[in-house]
Amino acid sequence: MFTAVLPRILALLVPRFPSLGVLAVLALAGLPSVRGASTNSWTVILAEARGQTVYWNAWGGDDRINAYIAWAAAEAKKRFGIEVRHVKLGDTSEAVSRVLAEKAAGNDDRGSVDLIWINGENFSAMKRHGLLHGPFVDRLPNFRFVDTVSKPTLVDFSVPVDGFEAPWSMAQFVFLYDSRRVGDPPTSAAALLEWAKANPGRFSYPQPPDFLGTTFLKQILLELATDRAPLYRSVDEHQFAAISAPLWAYLDELHPVSWRKGRVFPANGPAQTRQLADGEIDIALSFSPEAASSGIETGQLPETVRTFVWKRGTLGNASFLAIPYNGRAKSGALVLVDFLLSPEAQARKADPRHLGSPTVLSLDKLSPTDLMIFQALPKGKATPSLEELGTPVPELHPYWMDRLEKQWLTRYAAGR
Amino acid sequence: MLRLFPPLATVLLVGPVLAGLAGTILPAFDYLPVLGHRAAGLQAWRQLLELPGLWTSVWLSLSTGLATTILSMLLVVLLCAAWHGTKVFVALEAWLAPLLSVPHVTVALGLAFVISPSGWIMRCLSPWATGFSHPPDWRIVQDAGGLSLMFGLIAKEAPFLLLMTLAALGQADGKRGSMVARTFGYRPMMGWLKAVFPRVYPQIRLPVLAVLAYGVSVVDVAMVLAPTTPAPLAVRVVKMANDSDLNLRFIASAGALLQCVLVIVGVFCWWLVERTVRWWGIRWVTAGNRGGRESIPRWIASIAGGTLGLAVILGLLAMTVWSVATHWRFPSAIPAGVTWANWTLHASGFTGALCNTLSVAVCTAAASLVLSVGVLEFEAASGRRTMLSQGGFLYIPLVLPQVAFLFGAQVLLALSRLDGEWIALAWLHLVFVFPYVFLALSDAYRAWDERYRRTGLCLGVPPFRVLLRIKLPMLLRPIAAAGAVGFAVSVGQYLPTLFAGAGRFPTLTTEAVALSAGGDLRSVGIYALLQMALPLAAFALALAAPAWCFRHRGGMQVIR
Repeated sequence: MFTAVLPRILALLVPRFPSLGVLAVLALAGLPSVRGASTNSWTVILAEARGQTVYWNAWGGDDRINAYIAWAAAEAKKRFGIEVRHVKLGDTSEAVSRVLAEKAAGNDDRGSVDLIWINGENFSAMKRHGLLHGPFVDRLPNFRFVDTVSKPTLVDFSVPVDGFEAPWSMAQFVFLYDSRRVGDPPTSAAALLEWAKANPGRFSYPQPPDFLGTTFLKQILLELATDRAPLYRSVDEHQFAAISAPLWAYLDELHPVSWRKGRVFPANGPAQTRQLADGEIDIALSFSPEAASSGIETGQLPETVRTFVWKRGTLGNASFLAIPYNGRAKSGALVLVDFLLSPEAQARKADPRHLGSPTVLSLDKLSPTDLMIFQALPKGKATPSLEELGTPVPELHPYWMDRLEKQWLTRYAAGR
Repeated sequence: MLRLFPPLATVLLVGPVLAGLAGTILPAFDYLPVLGHRAAGLQAWRQLLELPGLWTSVWLSLSTGLATTILSMLLVVLLCAAWHGTKVFVALEAWLAPLLSVPHVTVALGLAFVISPSGWIMRCLSPWATGFSHPPDWRIVQDAGGLSLMFGLIAKEAPFLLLMTLAALGQADGKRGSMVARTFGYRPMMGWLKAVFPRVYPQIRLPVLAVLAYGVSVVDVAMVLAPTTPAPLAVRVVKMANDSDLNLRFIASAGALLQCVLVIVGVFCWWLVERTVRWWGIRWVTAGNRGGRESIPRWIASIAGGTLGLAVILGLLAMTVWSVATHWRFPSAIPAGVTWANWTLHASGFTGALCNTLSVAVCTAAASLVLSVGVLEFEAASGRRTMLSQGGFLYIPLVLPQVAFLFGAQVLLALSRLDGEWIALAWLHLVFVFPYVFLALSDAYRAWDERYRRTGLCLGVPPFRVLLRIKLPMLLRPIAAAGAVGFAVSVGQYLPTLFAGAGRFPTLTTEAVALSAGGDLRSVGIYALLQMALPLAAFALALAAPAWCFRHRGGMQVIR
């Protein structure tokens, strides 16, 4: 604070006391180098972080994720003296809207959000409105382990990341099914519809705008589209109507043979897990290839649940950690993000006994000891192999998410 | 000094409400300079009216709210007519306070699990009686007509109205009225309906309107039990207010005002019901029919009340069982095993929420008590009622839909940099806690025998010491009870916590609602159990503390 004010005070004094001018030049020459060195140095960030409280805004609908965050919070306290509070969001947009409202109210330095788990349209909105701190990923010592070549960690739903968010977790859209009831899982959109007609009331998907439900819409659209290219840019209303028409026709056929005849939808992914566990449905959706194994591990899912993907591939994406521009604990947030990128934290996250979501790190870049941790991870019996999963299909442009959600609401959530 | 209390309480109570209303009305007409909107216009209203399914949402809110009020009222009237003055009724009274202290959403969560097709009742009956090896595809919870929502609301609102009716019965001298009617040859229920109810109703009118307003604009219970295609209006307004598209805030503001209009329409409908009942009732009463056999209405009342009570208790029991279950899948009637692991696993998660809940609840309950005593003592000393207690001011926060002013209050808190601060959260809680504490305390406070004061003054004790050494200790029981009521009200608050806390102060209620959407029922069970345990503990303390304080004073024992 003082160093920022000092030059201005000196400048005021200079005209009246010329002899002080020399001092001023000396002082000004000395200051920037000291400050520059301090901001670049990780040790200074570590020192600043100690004692800070980081409010980590992250979707809080999944117990396993919450437990993992609680573990990370305890470790951050122990290792770096950072207090981490998990603000459990119902929807990530709540935090985005809060930061945006703070900016609108002129609150540029005492924001209530320090770190957000984010991707897709929320990131694109924050970036567009200038709500992000950064670029910061180059300052993280552990960023060097991140796989920036074969994993989509530099582009988020076709929007360039530009260092404003650090990759945290990989996700691929998969289907869970109960192998006791489903003999031959349907591995395409057409097969799913056929299966649903043969087994009415046994399939459901989370209600958009829940991200899993919207992903299901996008997945169907990808399968039914004759040309996938327009899905990776924004299009005009006319094109949207033409390209999305097969999707609505599909859903019009699917809903009457869905759970509750397509009039009630589960709220989110964990709600589907509950449905699958209770035998309300036979096929559920997830964004984690490890979800089945991990659910069996915690006793939430029956032993007979397995995973499958579609023949023509399923959507995959990365989710990220971003720091709002007006956060009160930026150093604390940086240190926490760096810890979350460490091989140790990433390995625990990939462990099906804890969370079981794929790492963003490149195993080739790890030290032999770190590599061994990853190789020693148990592989869940309900987890498909990398070959079975296939190459993830890149996420569509955020435009489609927004438009599909709105159109879905108009068509299916407006009452009769 | 005492003179300061009524204006202070009024400002603390009405200030945020009025300021919040202004903060909602201005954006609804497209005026919010911080977002660059200065043109007053009807843009937001046009967009609101274009929302898909808006009228379905409106109808859902209005119909469930009205039906909840009418059915709750009917049930309470029937129960009182059938059982007032009997031993059953005394037993019922004892159950009321604990039932009332359980937050709405806890009851809703429990009910949802009990009545759903994969719920406890079906689990107990399957597969031996129903033949189902997996849950049938029946739409019971989140039904389009909002029946399950109404069930959940009545389960909480009927006990509230019953408690209010009981208080009114004492003042209206219900017992003797009933007796006189019976000496004229009226059957017990007929006599109660014709001679007692007309005198009771004017006194419970405001609580009835509070129930109506709550039913029309409820959010937390609706998030568990109401349909989502589309959801009731209030739920949609809250979702829009939290959207990352800030333009939706203008539509949300307009929606919040529409919510107010809905309440007004609801009140108007209720007024029509009142007029109809009155018109018909006067003829009915003056016709002088003494009534015949009453066993059928008596049984209807008992079965309806019993079913409701049983469902609630089963639901709460189910949540308790879930919190220690290893896993529990359809169609097992009981969990596969019992474990404490859930509690240790979630300990780090719920301790923070528990601390926030406790600190806010204790502080707001205490502050409300101080304010209430201050206002009541001023009234006692000056011998006149203040505007606060007389003008219906107390009911403003209870009758006005929460979204209508919380939404604006949030904007103002953000502007004053108070959002996400503990004090802002506590203040908004106070707005809802104070009226309940005041109403709970005022009757007993006003009934205190003034001759004790005069005796004290005659013995040369200064007035302030009379208050501290004689009056307050003698009133410890109602004060403790009112404190417990305030504590319970604070624990159950959902929207005020959501709006003022900026996510930084999760409470047991916000966590339970967040998890209810899909979370593991084991963790939902833990939060639900804590949610009901806190108010119950407060009520137990409110009973135990005076008993312990007065253990050496024979004159201060409860007379049974």
